[in-house]
Amino acid sequence: MTEFLQQLINGLAFGSILALIAIGYTMVYGILRFINFAHGDVFMLGAFAGFYLAPKIAAILPLPSIAGGIVVLLASMAICAALGVVIERFAYRPLRRQPKLTMLITAIGVSLFLEYTGQFVFGAAPKSFPPILPVYPIARLGGLSFNSNQLMVFSVTLFLLLALRFIVLKTKIGTAMRAVSFNPEAAALMGVNTDVVISFTFALGSALAAAAGILWAINYPSIDPLMGILPGLKAFVAAVLGGIGNLPGAALGGLIIGVTETLVSGYISSTYRDAIAFAVLILILLVKPSGLLGKKEIEKV
Amino acid sequence: MNFRHAKTFLLGAIALGFLASLFADKINPYWLFIFYDIGISIVMAVSLNLINGYTGQFSLGHAGFMAVGAYTSAVITNQFGELSFFAANGIFAVALLAGGLAAALAGLLVGIPSLRLRGDYLAIVTLGFGEIIRVVLQNLDVVGAARGLSVTHNWTNLFWTFGLAAVTVYVVASLVNSTYGRGFIAVHDDEVAAEAMGINTTKYKVTAFVIGAFFAGIAGGLYAHAKFFITPSGFGFQQSIMFVVMVILGGMGNTVGVILAAILLTLLPEGLRMLSGIEYLPGLTAERPLGWIGDTRMIIYSLLLIVLMLTRPQGLFSLKKSSQLKIKN
Repeated sequence: MTEFLQQLINGLAFGSILALIAIGYTMVYGILRFINFAHGDVFMLGAFAGFYLAPKIAAILPLPSIAGGIVVLLASMAICAALGVVIERFAYRPLRRQPKLTMLITAIGVSLFLEYTGQFVFGAAPKSFPPILPVYPIARLGGLSFNSNQLMVFSVTLFLLLALRFIVLKTKIGTAMRAVSFNPEAAALMGVNTDVVISFTFALGSALAAAAGILWAINYPSIDPLMGILPGLKAFVAAVLGGIGNLPGAALGGLIIGVTETLVSGYISSTYRDAIAFAVLILILLVKPSGLLGKKEIEKV
Repeated sequence: MNFRHAKTFLLGAIALGFLASLFADKINPYWLFIFYDIGISIVMAVSLNLINGYTGQFSLGHAGFMAVGAYTSAVITNQFGELSFFAANGIFAVALLAGGLAAALAGLLVGIPSLRLRGDYLAIVTLGFGEIIRVVLQNLDVVGAARGLSVTHNWTNLFWTFGLAAVTVYVVASLVNSTYGRGFIAVHDDEVAAEAMGINTTKYKVTAFVIGAFFAGIAGGLYAHAKFFITPSGFGFQQSIMFVVMVILGGMGNTVGVILAAILLTLLPEGLRMLSGIEYLPGLTAERPLGWIGDTRMIIYSLLLIVLMLTRPQGLFSLKKSSQLKIKN
């Protein structure tokens, strides 16, 4: 039982990080109806931004410390938000009226560009991420270990998801986002500046990916330029699993993938862990083709 | 492509491949391997074009089928020792066919969920199948698991590579230009309308997957016997994505364009590598003035990809809308 609980906690921590990345996929899909393949690499850049910022911030604030860690997190989110806006502006916006597949190929190009540039600039060898948060063991109940880093993952994820919910549901720009996702032409006719809304969506999604990158690096402190590929893919699976375009669905999908993957690799076979996410996805889509919380699209003739 | 000349083209390409293979020992082995890569990319891209381009089903798992074909054929040919010329080529043909059939079976398995899924959902499921194939191979000890499988025979030559590339082009092109094959294009253009006209869209989608996978399996066999050594990670989703890029850059559903894109994308990294090796350029004093390309060539490659898509979003080579395809009597 203890071992099961331990696995569950690990799975939920992994799942929370996937959920943060998945939300970026799903938000962009909801608005532009295209898969932003470069999103996993923004996650990677988030971790690297933290890696290079940490020594600079250590000059002002003591590291590891809670305040310092949060500053690193926020700074990396800001950098990636700007990067997301730049990517959208130069790589995707010129193609907005073209078939979605061309945008997909540019996204693949951007993804390759970020990976190869990362290997060139940061070096291909893995780097060890500096400790930016103090680690306290919180609970040691009958062999169950639960430390402050995992608590940090849960609390940051929860806070960011609540903030996102507030932005999307209560603010003016959030209303505009929902309007554009519902019908971009009608929203534009109602005076919504769709360009600004799309830029904002990319900024928001990329900031969440950066936060995921930092949280990932805190828990698994070895980062390399290709680290975004697999988590990006799994987060994308999570977004589809929950019903792509649906925000709570992406969070739910992330948690499901994270927990199943951890439990399967703990109890059945760890070498099959990378296939689990896909197996779960295929099983669920066979039963519910539009994902768990996705709306069934009615075909109009 | 003019279809009155299709058979001439097919025979010509096979004959040319045969003639070229006679002189293979005169060709620099480095180039020989690039030629193999080009032929294999053509088979992969043209067969994927049947699924993604003509039938409009978005498959992201083509490298998975290639893996099935590569492993199946390699396991078969590894059973044999040194063989005479005719026996070797006979066994190779059987092994390639077996690889193709095994991949076609996998294609059938992937095709079945495509009955219910559309667009991006289908894309991610095909990607998932491709990854599952890779992970399963990584765990199969009989084929060397993650360590990879060494292939005893290097039977792939120019004749097989370009002969089979020509057969793939011929089969896919004559298929979509036949009365039967109009169904693929109908599914692509408008599924609902196609269904209303009495076309069994399900059958066409699954057929496209099975035929596409069959040729991917054959390409896998060629790949295995060109490389001597195959590992599961050589068939990851990045490879699948490269074949999708070839199809889209070639202008979805344009066979000639897809062939050109396959050649271009295979040559591009090699071309950049050669540029970086140039010793002297007029007007530049530095030794190896383009040496910096060597380290950055993959960055340049990805940038070129972005720029190509931004400037030619309809594909590099002019796209013919299926409605503009001439209807053959």
